[in-house]
Amino acid sequence: MWYGYAGRILIVDLTTGKTRTEPLNEDYAKKYIGGIGLGMRLWLDHTPPGVDPFSPENALVLATGPTSGSIWPTGGNGHAIVAKSPESYGISESLSHGSFGAELKRARYDAVIFKGKAEKPVYVWIDDDSVQILDAAHLWGKSPQETEDAIKEELGDFYIRVASIGPAGEKLVRIANIMNETSRAAGRTGLGAVMGSKKLKAIAMRGTNDVKVAKPDEFLEFVKEFHERMKGPATKKYRTLGTPENVLVHNALHCMPTRNYNNAHFEGAERVSGELLNERFVAKIIGCSSCAMRCEHVCVVKEGPYKGAMSRVEYEPLWALGPYCGVDRLDAIIKGSEICNYYGMDSISAGVIVGFAMDCYENGILTEKDMNGIEAKFGNHEALVKLLEMMGKREGIGDILAEGVKIAAEKIGKGAEKLAQHIKGVEVTGYDLRCLKTAALGYAVSFRGADHNRHGSYAFDVKGKFNRLKYEKGRAKFVKDIEDVYTIIDSMIVCKFSRGTYYKELEDFAKLYTIVTGIETTPEEMRLKGERINNLARVINVREGFSRKDDTLPWKVMNYPVPDEGPSKGAYVSQEELNMMLDDYYEVRGWTRDGIPTPEKLKELGMDDLTSIVEAKIKRN
Amino acid sequence: MVKIHERKFVSVDPEKCVGCQVCEYICAWTKEKAFNPLKSRIRVVRLNPLVNVSLTCRLCEDPPCVAACPRDALKQSDADGTIIVDEDKCNGCGWCIEACDFGAITLHPDKKVVFVCDLCKDKPDGPQCIKWCPEEALDLVSTDVLAQKSRMASTKKLLRELLKAAPTA
Repeated sequence: MWYGYAGRILIVDLTTGKTRTEPLNEDYAKKYIGGIGLGMRLWLDHTPPGVDPFSPENALVLATGPTSGSIWPTGGNGHAIVAKSPESYGISESLSHGSFGAELKRARYDAVIFKGKAEKPVYVWIDDDSVQILDAAHLWGKSPQETEDAIKEELGDFYIRVASIGPAGEKLVRIANIMNETSRAAGRTGLGAVMGSKKLKAIAMRGTNDVKVAKPDEFLEFVKEFHERMKGPATKKYRTLGTPENVLVHNALHCMPTRNYNNAHFEGAERVSGELLNERFVAKIIGCSSCAMRCEHVCVVKEGPYKGAMSRVEYEPLWALGPYCGVDRLDAIIKGSEICNYYGMDSISAGVIVGFAMDCYENGILTEKDMNGIEAKFGNHEALVKLLEMMGKREGIGDILAEGVKIAAEKIGKGAEKLAQHIKGVEVTGYDLRCLKTAALGYAVSFRGADHNRHGSYAFDVKGKFNRLKYEKGRAKFVKDIEDVYTIIDSMIVCKFSRGTYYKELEDFAKLYTIVTGIETTPEEMRLKGERINNLARVINVREGFSRKDDTLPWKVMNYPVPDEGPSKGAYVSQEELNMMLDDYYEVRGWTRDGIPTPEKLKELGMDDLTSIVEAKIKRN
Repeated sequence: MVKIHERKFVSVDPEKCVGCQVCEYICAWTKEKAFNPLKSRIRVVRLNPLVNVSLTCRLCEDPPCVAACPRDALKQSDADGTIIVDEDKCNGCGWCIEACDFGAITLHPDKKVVFVCDLCKDKPDGPQCIKWCPEEALDLVSTDVLAQKSRMASTKKLLRELLKAAPTA
């Protein structure tokens, strides 16, 4: 008898049109929890090594967590998606919340694996035990929101939940998202393009079954306790100003990458601050299913050239579409974010790509002719909006930019590579790594490329726990520990905004897992699961050809010191310093100097079945 | 017998409701020991991210659901105005569902008879949705109190406008 888990997975072969279910592998559930952990382990079983991300052989895995479908605050509503990334060519995972994940669990699936490729556009309609592959020709070209509305209309149920791609995913834009409920996105690393490559427009879901937990009374008590915790200081930021609060905080520290990393401080920050956003544009703060700490700041533009634009706004997209492009208008940022949602593109990567294009333009690498007549100077909000549209449609220069900064720079040449700020092909996010050196390590080793969501080690720097301007040996331990907690969070699938409410961290996660699943788990066992999942991701990347050489930092972070007068002036990360970081980290992880998990480490973590992957690589080197 | 204007029902403040569905989860849990919004007597509607409401039975006077039932399976409690379903008589025909303006009475997914809010009469602390709502968007009110609340809210708005117009000291 399963609790928390549904106990089965669904396999949909889009090439043959055949579907089947399999029992959930109990060993996998115990070892990898659910969410990204279970998703990555299933992906590994279902995808041969070295395939192109757009090949039919690249499986796309959708997974829920053990608490999905229950009333667990933030955990009840999440889903994870895993595939090989068309940006990094390594493992990609992404999470989204809303209501979709709960519906999947109620249909009684822990995971759905999409294999192969449909001949023509389709969508998959999962209605409890019934699974149908339906024609989507009439949906092709529609935005995710339009797709969702059309599917609800034609299936005749307003409460059906839909995850879909927009035109960007269809056109294999490498930063495409998989979207649900208008503004919720499984973003970063281009999973929407993988879905597009399978000609899979949408997944529609209806689940009618009860979700069961092992110890309901204890569970409800624990839920009650977390509702109280969520009213406390740990979530205040998210419930009030929201993450855009970071704008002025980062700007004051001179750690906000500005104008494609030309600066670390934005003189227009006051005009794009979280305070101003809330005062002028936030129309409503809404919440996901089962959550007790609503955070989603829905913004509406009431006047001016972008009148009527509406989008959720968080710090990262605001930063990318604003300061990173030198744009100091919140109305243009909201419009930009709305365009990204319409086409189904990652708004962080989209902003970073536009910032890159503007830098190329200002340096004469891309001319006005190359830019289809757009005067792409930093700060030109009209250029920002136009370029986003062109990327979503793959029109003109947008066709090249849609490849992401790494591939776009290779196509453009003329030194554009130096202006492309990415790690493992994935665009940077809103923390200046030149002057946040614990974060720099976290970013360099992140298995899905440049990202703040795999570790959160920026907090040590921003909050002043460590000297942020100088890396000291010993910090890798902190990065590893927080990485291991983050993989637990993303495999349980609870929202990272709620991470502060897990006061006792591992103990809380172990208790939650135990009372939900009935599988007795100690805090130490929980920690091991987190470590195991990080090693699993690393093993997958090793299988796909990754090693130490890929754990690096963007060109400007290592070669262009912060020029601004102020607290970060002159900061950058030297090769020597990066070497020290990596040596420190690999040692703490128990990996080889080349960043490959040793067979001994894998055995220690109970991953004996995967040692052959690393043995082959270690021998070769 | 409670007079109609004194009768209390669960009402939502759309300004406060964020569409989180906690009320649905806790309702289904309280009444059926199941985590399943389909078994909830209160349902959330989000038409657009900006418009969220949670709806349940409003204990109407001369309830149209009761009037519509061809099998006399529904009656209204004299004591508190809740709708009582005789599960032996109900055959799930759905006329009451059509009759209700609020979608408050629905068909139970397993039992195939209709079910509706009973104000958690058996709970000493009353409707659990109100108790659990993280936004305090739900309240047990009578139409009298609802009208009072509206009057207060609009007057407060007026006060704000007046304060805005007043010259600052």
